Amino acid sequence: MHRTGALYGQFNTLEQQKDTASLGMWIFLVTEVMFFGGIMLAYTINRHTYFHAFAMGSNTLSIQLGGFNTVVLLASSFTMAMAVWSAQSGKKKLIPMFLTLTILLGFVFFGVKYIEYAQKFHHHLVPGRNFDITYCVNNPSKCEDMSAEELDIERRELADAMEADPHLNAHAQLYYSAYFGMTGLHALHMVIGAGLLLWLLRNSLSGMYTPEWNTPVDIVGLYWHFVDIVWIYLFPLLYLIDRHK
Amino acid sequence: MSDRDQIAEQEHHEHIVPPGTYLVIIFTLLFLTGLTVAAAYINLGRFNIVVALAIATLKATLVVLFFMHAKYSPKRTKLVIMAGIFWLIILLFMTLSDYASRVDYRGIRYPMTQHIVVDTSQRS
Repeated sequence: MHRTGALYGQFNTLEQQKDTASLGMWIFLVTEVMFFGGIMLAYTINRHTYFHAFAMGSNTLSIQLGGFNTVVLLASSFTMAMAVWSAQSGKKKLIPMFLTLTILLGFVFFGVKYIEYAQKFHHHLVPGRNFDITYCVNNPSKCEDMSAEELDIERRELADAMEADPHLNAHAQLYYSAYFGMTGLHALHMVIGAGLLLWLLRNSLSGMYTPEWNTPVDIVGLYWHFVDIVWIYLFPLLYLIDRHK
Repeated sequence: MSDRDQIAEQEHHEHIVPPGTYLVIIFTLLFLTGLTVAAAYINLGRFNIVVALAIATLKATLVVLFFMHAKYSPKRTKLVIMAGIFWLIILLFMTLSDYASRVDYRGIRYPMTQHIVVDTSQRS
């Protein structure tokens, strides 16, 4: 096992070896770009065809929670970049600290996502048999987390949207399918990323990563930043469709 | 001097991005996040989505160039990144232009310019 940065026979220098490793990671990330690109393309076509239902669905999301999560994820990208910097400049004590911060911010993201998902289940906004876009407006006593003012806005938006699209309840499910599918796949990537970060943390505590060899920190960093980029697109696509009313 | 050493000399040394650069980038990203939320509340008609995606692309570019060190990567890594973006543009552009221009057997444009109505009233 070459785990401490021995030079493999096919490379001329350690640096060439590292560049090759990150090149391989980039090729994997390009396949991920195509994966998420295809999903976002399907989303775009549906959003264009059923705009009223998608706008209605988007406005039921909390921009505060979504915006907060965007800030959390950007901050975690910063701490990840700092972990890479610590490894490159030989600050061995700082590596586990920044990795821990990154993991904690990742878990804050999961926590907020849990609140958002739970609310959608509570409001009957999960696609399926019990889906009902009018649930909160018709049963205000069951949606105690919504203020009278919020319900009033939603009632007016629903009336407008139903006039424009008589099958709003069917088409809104497309929006929520896209919402759960896209944010769910993004969260799955974050779970994998958090697992990799924990593995890095364990190794960094034994002082494995040095300025001469820190390839795993760098590679996992690339992955974590990529997951951040996916969210950078998901946030405006899902949360900010039709806020200017 | 052996071949290996000569090639080694031609390779550039690893560029360490200083924390100051990361700080500038993270604050720019946070500012752009605020900007994109603010822009969403202004009615720009069909340009709302254009502005939102332009800001998102700017943010993604900053992350790729600085957090992911693409700016300091060898040319072949940059080539892979550009090739990936190029393939993504093919995917988006070709599919969307097909949807925007397709006409079905009744001569009706499908489906980007009209709303398809699915009859769900028959369902129990």
